[in-house]
Amino acid sequence: MLTREDFAGKERPTWCPGCGNYGILNGVKMALAEHDIPPHEIFIITGIGCGSKLPHYMKVTGYHTLHGRSLPVATGARLANHGLRVMTVHGDGDGYNEGLAHFIHTIRRNVRIVDVVQDNRIYGLTKGQYSPTSERGKRTPTSPEGSIDGPIEPLALAITVGATFVSRGYSGELKHLAWLIGEALEHPGYALVDVLQPCVTWNRGYAYDFYNERVYKLEEEPGYDPSDRTAAWEKAQEWGERIPIGIFYRGEPIPTYEEQVPTLAAGPLVHQPLGTLQPAQVEALRAEIT
Amino acid sequence: MIQKDLTIRIGGEAGMGLESSGAGFAKALTRGGLYVFGLPDYYSRIRGGHNFFSIRIARQPLYSHAEPVHLVLALDMETIRRHVDTIVEGGAVVYDEKEKVPERLRQPGVSFFPVPLTTLAKEQGGREVMRNTLALGVAAGLIGFDPTYMESIIRDNFARKGQAVVDANLRVVEAGIEASRPFQNDFPYRMEAVPDAPPRMILNGNDAFALGALAGGCRFVAAYPMTPGSPVLHWFAARAEEYGVVTKHAEDEIAAINMAIGAAYVGTRAMCPTSGGGFSLMVEALGLAGITEVPVVVYEAQRPGPATGMPTRTEQGDLLFVMHASQGEFPRFVLAPGTIEESFRAGWRAFNLAERYQTPALVLSDHYLAVAYRTVEADALDFDEAQIDRGALLTQEELDALEEPYRRYRVTESGISPRAVPGHPNAVWVSTANEHDEYGAISEEPGNRTTQVDKRMRKLEGMAQETEGPSRYGPPEAEVTFLCWGSTYGPLREAVDRLNEKQPGRANMSHFNTLHPFPLETTASAMERAKRTIVVEENATGQLETLLRARTGRSMGGAIRKYDGRAFTPEYILAHLPEEV
Repeated sequence: MLTREDFAGKERPTWCPGCGNYGILNGVKMALAEHDIPPHEIFIITGIGCGSKLPHYMKVTGYHTLHGRSLPVATGARLANHGLRVMTVHGDGDGYNEGLAHFIHTIRRNVRIVDVVQDNRIYGLTKGQYSPTSERGKRTPTSPEGSIDGPIEPLALAITVGATFVSRGYSGELKHLAWLIGEALEHPGYALVDVLQPCVTWNRGYAYDFYNERVYKLEEEPGYDPSDRTAAWEKAQEWGERIPIGIFYRGEPIPTYEEQVPTLAAGPLVHQPLGTLQPAQVEALRAEIT
Repeated sequence: MIQKDLTIRIGGEAGMGLESSGAGFAKALTRGGLYVFGLPDYYSRIRGGHNFFSIRIARQPLYSHAEPVHLVLALDMETIRRHVDTIVEGGAVVYDEKEKVPERLRQPGVSFFPVPLTTLAKEQGGREVMRNTLALGVAAGLIGFDPTYMESIIRDNFARKGQAVVDANLRVVEAGIEASRPFQNDFPYRMEAVPDAPPRMILNGNDAFALGALAGGCRFVAAYPMTPGSPVLHWFAARAEEYGVVTKHAEDEIAAINMAIGAAYVGTRAMCPTSGGGFSLMVEALGLAGITEVPVVVYEAQRPGPATGMPTRTEQGDLLFVMHASQGEFPRFVLAPGTIEESFRAGWRAFNLAERYQTPALVLSDHYLAVAYRTVEADALDFDEAQIDRGALLTQEELDALEEPYRRYRVTESGISPRAVPGHPNAVWVSTANEHDEYGAISEEPGNRTTQVDKRMRKLEGMAQETEGPSRYGPPEAEVTFLCWGSTYGPLREAVDRLNEKQPGRANMSHFNTLHPFPLETTASAMERAKRTIVVEENATGQLETLLRARTGRSMGGAIRKYDGRAFTPEYILAHLPEEV
């Protein structure tokens, strides 16, 4: 049985004291340990941003890639080796701005990826600019008069474009977050875990006290049925005095992309024999052009 | 009169099936023992406009198209208007008898053969679109080419559509032959089949590159459609299941290359076919592959830019861009095949080079090479030579035996670090797009930065040993030495032949098929022997010339450049020689 310690890294995080990323890092480790997935069987692909440095701070197979591009890298990795569990971890600027197209296309393909989005509703590493989940009117260095852009609603968007597992965690609710990531790991398809993450340096209006007062768990909400897609879509837009966390939508699993690629029926691509062409194959290929 | 070579041009609107019927005819001619160079010319539109397909035929190998046309098959009047001036003395136009050809278009010395193209296509084939096959049947009749070879192609191409379709096409060819009879005595050019010729193949550069890539173990192809690169994705998609390949039509080129990088990172041979615009979008990820040392292959078939430029035309305008694409510095290969044979070879070599040096390998083709069909000998594609060398990829046993923590970016003399792929308990590491230390951890220490840059750049020493060319064609000593790269090989080779036919020792040429790392020593010695150098390339600024001057420190003796979107012809080159030559 694995424990969190099996994922302990050698480097100390560069995150600010109190950063929500600590909770997310612990949540990832706890979920992997609880679900008995050792460091070499999970491939964590991240984008660019404070939170995307996450795999450097644990023991895991990881690839810290480009801003906004973790999902296509993860898609390629899954298609080439669907024996590996694949998780992406990246921020809201990374996933919902620069990588928004990939977010939508990865969902509609249903590639089996656990997509953890560190949603602090602000740009951290580049110093406090407004993000795609910042509220309208947000004053930041790039929106000194208040941002005119309306925010993206990632959960509602994910439901709309066909995700079958859509959830939200909160970095201040560690056990709940670890449970969510674990459920996402078991989901046979794309699974979104958007995480409310206080940025204690650049977004003090959304610190722990803001969320602690407001978040509530959908699992404890009487009558909430996560298999009801329409209700989930409505719930995904609830934001105010009460902010729901938990599994918003869990639909019937649909076939993953990789399950439907005929070549992959023979096993992970990378494990299929790689050799020069057989004489009969060369013969057939020559015949096509003769 | 048996011609040395002759060109048939079939023209009409987009949607008339000119390329498919033209390619079929080119294959029939190849089966008939003749050598063909087939060039489609089309606009970026689905219907209408003016498209044509030129089929140059000879009894000796051809490397290029040529300007003189002997027979024009006009499926519309626009074809006559546009091409009548290119027809040689004694040549002819076949046109639909329902059209009226104005007197001003009737050139002296050119015959006009009215044929009931539409009526016969409908009568014999049941469909007006079969005028293309009918016209080609007329052409076969006029040049005395045995229609049996066309019939064999029809059987192969249409069998899956049913016997009725096969029969209809056969009737149309037969009707075309019949319709040519009244005109045969008025058309002097003949190109009869060579029945005892050995079997040969016909293919274009895209096909050849795809075949080479498959032979080289390419198992993952991700792309976003863009002329002229997308046929490589189509080629693989059609054969994916049979050859164990995964193909992905991605949402954009950024996704395509990042998918390929993900696939290559975990150990699959992966590539992205594209053109310059798509490659522009891939540039950031190219740098990711550079700094994280991922062996990814990109096939860039150039077309004239910038931006959309001329989507269905050709140019060699991306050389310096591809060589330098990305912020920062990292080693890369830039291969620029010049022929079908070299396209095949670049296909499999690119994967070996990328994996051996754990860095991107770029194959630079262009529209002309990518889409032009050429007859080659049966042994032109050397499948036996196509071996798979995965370089310093750690085996399962080596990973099992690993005792110390794995260092993905270990500093070595060659700059190549033994490479693991994710999935082994002894090789658990994180790679990053940031500068990193030997273990993959982010590091901004000045000493480490220098060490890692040096490590990566040291790979260039080994890579330089892999560089091939420039290859010489023509006599060792000549009055003029032409320098060229990529697809300019074909037209220039013929220009060299023609110069030497007139006066032996007049010209030779050096062709570059590897531009980076640059083959410095062989180039220097080639230039040492050259009396006068002329750089021939399809761009406005002289990109090869710039490179040659930068690398060798020598000035060139002249340049022939073309950037109108059309490939060089031998005639164009000869007409544009500097006056003193």
